[in-house]
Amino acid sequence: MPHFGLFLKRALGAAALGCAMLAPGLAQAQPAPAAASNTFDAVRSRGQLICGVNTGLAGFAQPDSQGVWKGFDSDYCRAIAAAIFGDPSKVRYVPTTAQVRFTALQSGEIDVLSRNTTWTLSRDTVLGLDFAATTFYDGQGFMVKASLGVKSAKELDGATICVQPGTTTEQNLTDWSRANRVRFTPVVIERLEELVSAYIAGRCDAYTTDISGLAATRSAQPKPDDHLILPEVISKEPLAVGVRQGDARFADVVRWTHYLLLSAEEFGITQANVAQMAANDPRPEVQRILGKNGELGKMLGLDNLWAVNVIKAVGNYGEIFARNLTPIGIQRGPNALWTTPGGLQYSPPFR
Amino acid sequence: MSDVTLNAAATVPEAAPRSAPLTEVGLVGWARANLFSGWISTAVTLVLAYFIIRWAIGFVDWAFVNAVWSVPNNQTQACRDARGVGACWAVITEKHRFILFGTYPYEEHWRPALCVLLFVALYVVSAMRRFWRPSLALVWVGVLTLIGLLMWGGVLGMPYVPQERWGGLVITLILATFGLAFAFPLAIVVALGRRSNLPAIKAICVIYVELIRGVPLISLLFMASVMFPLFLPEGMNVDKLLRAQIAIILFAGAYLAEVVRGGLQALPKGQYEAADALGLSYWHKTGFIILPQALRLVIPPLVNTFIGFFKDTSLVLIIGIFDLLTAGKTAIIEPAWQGFGVEVYLTVGAIYFVFCFAMSKYSQSLEAELNRHRVR
Repeated sequence: MPHFGLFLKRALGAAALGCAMLAPGLAQAQPAPAAASNTFDAVRSRGQLICGVNTGLAGFAQPDSQGVWKGFDSDYCRAIAAAIFGDPSKVRYVPTTAQVRFTALQSGEIDVLSRNTTWTLSRDTVLGLDFAATTFYDGQGFMVKASLGVKSAKELDGATICVQPGTTTEQNLTDWSRANRVRFTPVVIERLEELVSAYIAGRCDAYTTDISGLAATRSAQPKPDDHLILPEVISKEPLAVGVRQGDARFADVVRWTHYLLLSAEEFGITQANVAQMAANDPRPEVQRILGKNGELGKMLGLDNLWAVNVIKAVGNYGEIFARNLTPIGIQRGPNALWTTPGGLQYSPPFR
Repeated sequence: MSDVTLNAAATVPEAAPRSAPLTEVGLVGWARANLFSGWISTAVTLVLAYFIIRWAIGFVDWAFVNAVWSVPNNQTQACRDARGVGACWAVITEKHRFILFGTYPYEEHWRPALCVLLFVALYVVSAMRRFWRPSLALVWVGVLTLIGLLMWGGVLGMPYVPQERWGGLVITLILATFGLAFAFPLAIVVALGRRSNLPAIKAICVIYVELIRGVPLISLLFMASVMFPLFLPEGMNVDKLLRAQIAIILFAGAYLAEVVRGGLQALPKGQYEAADALGLSYWHKTGFIILPQALRLVIPPLVNTFIGFFKDTSLVLIIGIFDLLTAGKTAIIEPAWQGFGVEVYLTVGAIYFVFCFAMSKYSQSLEAELNRHRVR
């Protein structure tokens, strides 16, 4: 038993963590045991990427009628698998709930967490995970009925607002109303479906959650134009892909897969034209990205044609967005490329 | 109805050979006695009948007449137009395979389908008394192994399917069947242990039962899915479903143990003493005298617990396992199908009802049959 010492150490660490969990608040202060082995090699030798996704969120991760995972987050799993194996189907999806997602990553049950998780300081430090890249910039907003005549959230003084309990959404709302001296009456409903129907039925004047969620709800209504998403964004919710802490190499692969998707959009490389561009595009950076010149893929520990495989499998960032999020009514907004005014998605150079 | 005839015969003895007037027996007699016995009763009956008929007509209109049964290629406009007047059964037509089998590979759906049939066949065979012999245990072991083989595959040309992809009705049946099959023997052992004279065994059983009953099932499931993996060495993972299954077995075991203990305590002390007087050993006494009587006494609470646990399996949704209910909820997340929850919940509810009602009916007949000697 060469690893017995390690096992014992881990078991003791876990026992300490277990004890800490009994005291709420202390649970997060205990750093998780660091991963001993390299995830990248583990994934390689397993021949499959294990990807933690949401149990079901429209546009981000949901199984279709045939049980195949579709959505923005699932496409990131596919892209990473294509980068490592050249085959987007070598993914095992593990549906994770909000409560178990971080443990699943810490315990090695999943390799990567692609599950609309907000990147925060405390999660980045004490929870034992690293965020590789922000794939989607979200933020909390308000939706009102157009007939209400409200044009700004500041006009919501005295309004009733529908909100889900126990989430950061509720805290953000309280913080914001205090800072802006807007008094409101909260209508707190646990289930999203009931919350939306309460808003539609007129039990509250406004409905607040992340903008992506508001847009999805709005587009599902019979007449979307009857509802207005107010311009104020009251919180920052950068949704990022997480990996285990202390696993820099694997984090690099995940991070640069995201940058590849951005750069591909920037240079106009699409699923349809990638083969042709790899063969005869004259631009030096495109040649470097697609592996015609240089050895960027090898530096990441991947095949030199990794970029071609990824784009062939899922397309570029814009295509992933258009395929999954545009149909449910989510605008590019801050998720446009940096070349567009207001866009935040920016990739470091490939060289 | 037999009561009515008996009473009539008792009050008018000389009329006994003749049958009672038609207005006193049968449907008419029952309706007169129960629905129209006075003017208040008549009024209430008529008002309620009016509401029931109106509701029934409305329901039939919604569920059948105006319903949309299928739509082409996820184009749900027809369904959205029928909102409020007709049901959108198209969501079931489109999603039924997902609701029943979850994310199991589509072209391999015959395997979980066969497993569901095997489960039902196993229940039916086990329910018939003429099959109650020791070889039934072997049948259970065989069928459950076969179900495991079918689900996992990897042999006989069936591709391997990892557990994360299992889902739907088959997960509910697996959790419930394996859960109760293991929890029931565990419960008997614990119940006997709790009444044991050996202090150590008694203490262990009491601690087990009280600890498990002291926490909700959800927290046990969380322990199984969140804390337990942290105790394992790097790279070693116990299947998520197995962890949930063990949590359910432990939980069900504690509750069933208390039910069984109720039966043990209800037996008159004379039964124990008589068995001792015959010189039977502890195991003979328990196996031949005590348990058969005790278990017969507790059939209603046992089935009550069984039905409860069958439905409690839906709690595994919090750890990301797609059981029947979760699969139903997930089916309506896809944007095109959002808002058709009622149809999906009705369908899932109907499936749960079939299983629970069958259990309940079967237990009633079993109770009547086993307690025939008490009825005089």
